[in-house]
Amino acid sequence: MAPFSTIVLRDVRIAFRRLSEAANPLLFFMVVTTLFPLALSPSADELREVGTGVLWVSTLLSSLLALEGLFRSDADDGSLEQLMLSPVPLGITVLAKIAAHWLLTILPLIALVPILALSYEMPAAVLPTMVGALLLATPTLSVLVALGAALTVGLRRGGAIVGLLVLPLTAPLLIFGTRATEFGLHDEPAAGPLYLLAALAALSLALGPVAIAAALRVGVE
Amino acid sequence: MRLPRWFHLLGSPPFVYRLAGKVAPWLGVVTCVLLAVGGYWGLVVAPPDRVQGEVYRVLFIHPQIAYVSVMAYVVMAIAAGIGFVWRIKLAHGVAATAAPIGASFTACALATGALWGRPTWGTYWQWTDPRIMSETLLLFLFLGYLALRAAFEDRDKADRVSAILAVVGVVDVPIIHYSVIWWNSLHQGPSIMKLDKPSISPEMLTPFLIMVAAFTACFCWLLLNGLRGEIVERERDTRWIRELVAGTRG
Amino acid sequence: MTDFLRMGGDGAYVWSAYGVTLAVLVFNVWWARRRHRAALERARASALDERVGRRPTVRQIE
Repeated sequence: MAPFSTIVLRDVRIAFRRLSEAANPLLFFMVVTTLFPLALSPSADELREVGTGVLWVSTLLSSLLALEGLFRSDADDGSLEQLMLSPVPLGITVLAKIAAHWLLTILPLIALVPILALSYEMPAAVLPTMVGALLLATPTLSVLVALGAALTVGLRRGGAIVGLLVLPLTAPLLIFGTRATEFGLHDEPAAGPLYLLAALAALSLALGPVAIAAALRVGVE
Repeated sequence: MRLPRWFHLLGSPPFVYRLAGKVAPWLGVVTCVLLAVGGYWGLVVAPPDRVQGEVYRVLFIHPQIAYVSVMAYVVMAIAAGIGFVWRIKLAHGVAATAAPIGASFTACALATGALWGRPTWGTYWQWTDPRIMSETLLLFLFLGYLALRAAFEDRDKADRVSAILAVVGVVDVPIIHYSVIWWNSLHQGPSIMKLDKPSISPEMLTPFLIMVAAFTACFCWLLLNGLRGEIVERERDTRWIRELVAGTRG
Repeated sequence: MTDFLRMGGDGAYVWSAYGVTLAVLVFNVWWARRRHRAALERARASALDERVGRRPTVRQIE
């Protein structure tokens, strides 16, 4: 496990050196969730109704923002090739990078969600379900974002199309996550979608790194 | 593992080019005949529906186009996967040909669905219908594949990177499909699934199936047609192409 | 005949749907043919360039 934690810590340390860049997704998240009430001028009830959807979509969009740091900056300075040449299996390296992305980008978002949810007039009782759903859905999200980054790592302006590539693939996450949250909102059992999210997480963490490693090998050659 | 000779031949561009050149016209004839027969049957011969009257006749094109659009994605993904694993350029060519055909069919499915929806549901577009959502996401998957291909200048890289995307997409397609159906099952309201008939009368079933065959043949025809152009494009600087074009007026 | 065209009042929708489908098919056929012809033209041109001794993209500086 040592190579795994080494890579994770490395990415975290690099991110902390450029803290303003690392904070971008979080700031974007806050801005977007501020824009919706501005645009909708909703009543308290309307706000509560759209809160689930708005927060989930904003999470998806914000997670795309840390793409550059995932592979491109490493590819630019040659360290990605070093990582690929090392005896550590590329799948492990990829998993480590995904873990780092999740810790740096997603976890702060999830930490902020309760406050924003309350600001959207959502009852505190929904928070455990909502945060739980986010915790289960976001690993898959990180895998898909990493896949988008790996597919476009060889491109100069790959960032432009990554949204088109990744976001349609995240539709099931959005569906199950928002439904779980809605169930929590109406005091209904949310176990069904939560289990499905967990299954998707298991599937993507197992198979994702294979595809991502393959994409990196093509992109970096 | 000793592979049969025809397997190797299928990887040979000149062989496939000539084979497609001979088979495609026949597929074209079959397609036109089936479309004509099925179309006439569906539009003229089949009786009006009890519930929807005459407008149900879109039943003879819309589901077929939608089904072929999904089949096109699967064909594309399988071909791309074969090309990636076994490094067969021709397989990548099949995927590249199938993509725009599939994308146009998907768009067509959405358009015909909307045109059917307006007189029957009262609205052109209903976001909460699972089939609309599934098909729309499929369109984005096609467009994403095409965009990724186009972004790479090196054709070989474009082939392999987009192959990965296609294979991931094809794994996601059933997941998307069932998640969307599950999502919709929670909205029991007025959205009735288009094929929610308890049974389809035999006078309607026959043209329905004829059109399924027609559009399937159509896809194969378009695929072989497009593949020939794709092969010439990819093989532009090879001897066999040189000889091919030298044989024609230069 | 007019009954047939009117399709119980919804003729516009039915015929538009069939028309769109036909248009998509015709477009696909036309597009494939065009691409094939263009590819053959390009192959012919680059074969000609090679025969004449002219490299298509490299210019000799005299």
